[in-house]
Amino acid sequence: MKERITIKDYLRESHLFNNRVVFAGVVIVVLSLIIVARLIYLQVVGHEYYTTLSNKNRVDIVPIPPTRGLIYDRRGTLLAQNLPSFSLEITPERVADLEATLQALRKLIRITDNDLERFRNRFANKRRFEAIPLRLRLSDEEVARFSVDRHRFPGVEIAARLMRDYPLGALAVHAIGYIGRIDEDELQRVDLANYSGTSHIGKTGVEKQYESVLHGTVGHQAVETNAQGRVIRVLERTLPTPGGNLYLTIDADLQRVAEAALGDNRGAVIAIVPKTGEIVAFASLPGFDPNPFVNGIEQKDYDKLAQSPDHPLFNRILRGQYPPGSTIKPFIGLAGLEYNVINARNQTFCPGWYALEGDDRRYRDWRREGHGVTTLAKAIYQSCDVYFYDLAFTLGIDRMYEFMSRFGFGRSTGIDIAGEVAGLMPSREWKRATHRLPWFPGETIITGIGQGFMLATPLQLAHMIATLANRGASVRPRLAYAIQDLGSEQPAILEPVQEEPLPIVKAENWETIIDAMQETAHNPRGTAYGIGKNAPYRIAGKTGTAQVFGLKEDEKYVKEEVALRLRDHAMFIAFAPAGDPQIAIAVIVENGGSGGLAAAPVARAVMDKFLKPGAT
Amino acid sequence: METDPRYRSGWSESRHYRTLVRRLHIDVPLFIGLLLLSLTGLVILYSAGGQDSDVIIKQGVRLTIACALMLVVAQINPRHYASWAPWFAGAGLLLLATVLVVGDIGKGAQRWLDLGFMRFQPSEMMKLALPMAVAWYLADRPLPPSARHLFIACALAIIPVLLIARQPDLGTATLVAASGAFVLLLAGISWRLIAALGVLIGASIPVIWYLMHDYQRNRVWMLLDPESDPLGAGYHIIQSKIAIGSGGIFGKGWLNGTQSHLEFLPERSTDFIFAVFAEEFGLFGILLLLTLFLFIVLRGLLIATQAQDTFTRLLSGSLVLTFSVYVFVNIGMVVGLLPVVGIPLPLISFGGTAMVTQLIAFGMLMSIHTHRKLLPT
Repeated sequence: MKERITIKDYLRESHLFNNRVVFAGVVIVVLSLIIVARLIYLQVVGHEYYTTLSNKNRVDIVPIPPTRGLIYDRRGTLLAQNLPSFSLEITPERVADLEATLQALRKLIRITDNDLERFRNRFANKRRFEAIPLRLRLSDEEVARFSVDRHRFPGVEIAARLMRDYPLGALAVHAIGYIGRIDEDELQRVDLANYSGTSHIGKTGVEKQYESVLHGTVGHQAVETNAQGRVIRVLERTLPTPGGNLYLTIDADLQRVAEAALGDNRGAVIAIVPKTGEIVAFASLPGFDPNPFVNGIEQKDYDKLAQSPDHPLFNRILRGQYPPGSTIKPFIGLAGLEYNVINARNQTFCPGWYALEGDDRRYRDWRREGHGVTTLAKAIYQSCDVYFYDLAFTLGIDRMYEFMSRFGFGRSTGIDIAGEVAGLMPSREWKRATHRLPWFPGETIITGIGQGFMLATPLQLAHMIATLANRGASVRPRLAYAIQDLGSEQPAILEPVQEEPLPIVKAENWETIIDAMQETAHNPRGTAYGIGKNAPYRIAGKTGTAQVFGLKEDEKYVKEEVALRLRDHAMFIAFAPAGDPQIAIAVIVENGGSGGLAAAPVARAVMDKFLKPGAT
Repeated sequence: METDPRYRSGWSESRHYRTLVRRLHIDVPLFIGLLLLSLTGLVILYSAGGQDSDVIIKQGVRLTIACALMLVVAQINPRHYASWAPWFAGAGLLLLATVLVVGDIGKGAQRWLDLGFMRFQPSEMMKLALPMAVAWYLADRPLPPSARHLFIACALAIIPVLLIARQPDLGTATLVAASGAFVLLLAGISWRLIAALGVLIGASIPVIWYLMHDYQRNRVWMLLDPESDPLGAGYHIIQSKIAIGSGGIFGKGWLNGTQSHLEFLPERSTDFIFAVFAEEFGLFGILLLLTLFLFIVLRGLLIATQAQDTFTRLLSGSLVLTFSVYVFVNIGMVVGLLPVVGIPLPLISFGGTAMVTQLIAFGMLMSIHTHRKLLPT
């Protein structure tokens, strides 16, 4: 078939063809060299860079959250711990028929529609090999029931994780506080690296205040992952440092006595060791069980707490501002002595009322018939109002403001939990600034018995009575007793924080006032004789009542209820033993009526427990 | 088919072996090169495929079948190829047209024809049929071809290329077009014409760009700037470069490539298997692999230069050059020099059809080489 092609043609064609093949061969060699150059660029020059990228691809740093420190009372009773909590988890990729599995599980274990909805939401967002919790906090019985049938549910497992638990429930909840899931705001504030594996954070109380102690330091493990993020193996591990344990100044037994003594009343009891500022009882009632808050309380349960007229979520000790009433009389008396306005022997006649010259208004004594001839001591133990109206008028608001401010009225105490409010000690400047009105003499007079504008929290009252017990040495109140870091055998006990002592010129003035306060409990005519008559130790105290004003707008008018809620708040402040004070205490019983009858017995019960622990 | 008795008598020691090899029409250097390459392919496939012996068995079976086909093809006298060329190409065209109408859709493109017992890719057949047809047409004409013959040869090539591009399978279309172009190049068309063609192609790039599918444009963009979409279209190239670069000079060792074993590298058994090889055996291993490829290509070109008539010369040259294009396009793509076009690495990548085509092509080369008639001295 090649007749037409001559030999000559053939040679020429062959020559041409061979040229082209040589050309192609050269191109192929050049291309090979280009590829080799590229490979040298990638594998030799860029080797380190791509190795880094390769490691970044496959190695994931996974945080290991530290175990939160425990909280004990001062004697080592556990107040907050981490308990394994069991939850039912499903790994979708290992479940053949998810719907059927869910239905079968529902027959075995109570699973609410809420649980299912939460599960389905997370199911949509998670990868198929990640376990998704279906039910939290399984009971032991549910765990047992599932375990028996476990073989029927591949891909369904019981997972245990540590969950904060408050074994004593509502006891001292307002001091301990609770932890909850970290929210957006908190995320802004925390060290993100250290909290990378942490889901919960202290929300209130010492759980919040001592977060840095309790939290610990996060650990890490470097894990090899594949492109889908599934962990293949662990390459290295840095263990987390668990949080330190915290010992509180609170004595759980004493706390129990304090809460029991308040009974069903609303109110507050706070007891302080005067020399050290240690708060041994911190009761704000009613309280609430903090455990449901740890994993997010159900809305309806929360609403019930938040809308209760008893305000169980309200921390009365830190935030309850009450007119201090007669409990400030010893301090006003001390001011009178300090400023040399009175002495212990001065007498005032009390006809049952007091009036300013040129003013028709009568300021009544709580006892209509009056106390007759009254000394400072009698004015204190019988709580004579007229004596103090007169003293207040003589002192004037400026001197009262100066002296009471020194004692801490109108100023926060600096307790080691957040949320404290400052109360109010009024002055001319304050009134001008807030009410745009001058100070009226009548306001001076009622300030002398702790009414009018004055407001104080139970914590402030307790701090002031403790300072009085110390004869002027002011110690900052606190809830943290000791901290035990990991590895230390003994907890490190914290030192008391001494504050500026009160500059009292004449030391005998303290004794004058304290002697008078002892009469309150031990003189048969004292307002708190009921608790002092059979006491084996000397109590120095002062009763008080604070008037309750009007209805709050949002409270419904229910006759009996209102009558009860309009009763005076009963108050009592005291310390004991008077000569060597071991405990100082402030008690408020809301709508309790008389301080001597409602509040003083609560204080007595706490002091008994504290001073003679074996006797109960 | 018969060997010259004088030729045979000189090889007394291994006469029987030689006789067998010549009887089977095997070109020993080419055969050894292909065998080494295929076995290397199985070794790296074992690693890339997650040490799944099923994959190896499957690929081994395909390799055996393809080898058998290669040997069968080697037995056929190249004269027959020339006479079958027009029928073969015609059948290929028909099948391509059929696939456009009733073809199976795989990965968004119609490429497969379901024959019931097997699925068949007509474009694969065209890789052989097109250079055969063009070579057959030009072989009878004086070379270099006149303008008229050149035009007809081009027309012969362009129709199937357009049909394949319609599927759309741009990669195969380009390769099939290249196999036709190689015939023309080897037939000796003038450099001026080639230069003019180059200018024409350059000018048509905007037009091609306009005609491209979005995903095809994406691939080109990704080549220029893979980091712009690291989790989307750029993912392949980035992960491939990481695999190659982290392999370094000596590699991470067989079965130790983290990029592939942890599934970061996509298509690691097929199009991107070169990256697995580079990761595990490093630059050192790659140089050996490239040498093997180069050896096969150069051996093929030598066979082409020794072919005795125009048809076999053009055909063998075109087939070898097309094979080298496969190699360079795949490697160029994996190392990030070319866009991702979905072309497997010949004889290494997992997959049957391409391997069968390749080995049949080499069977033709062996046939061309071993059926030579010795010229009288």
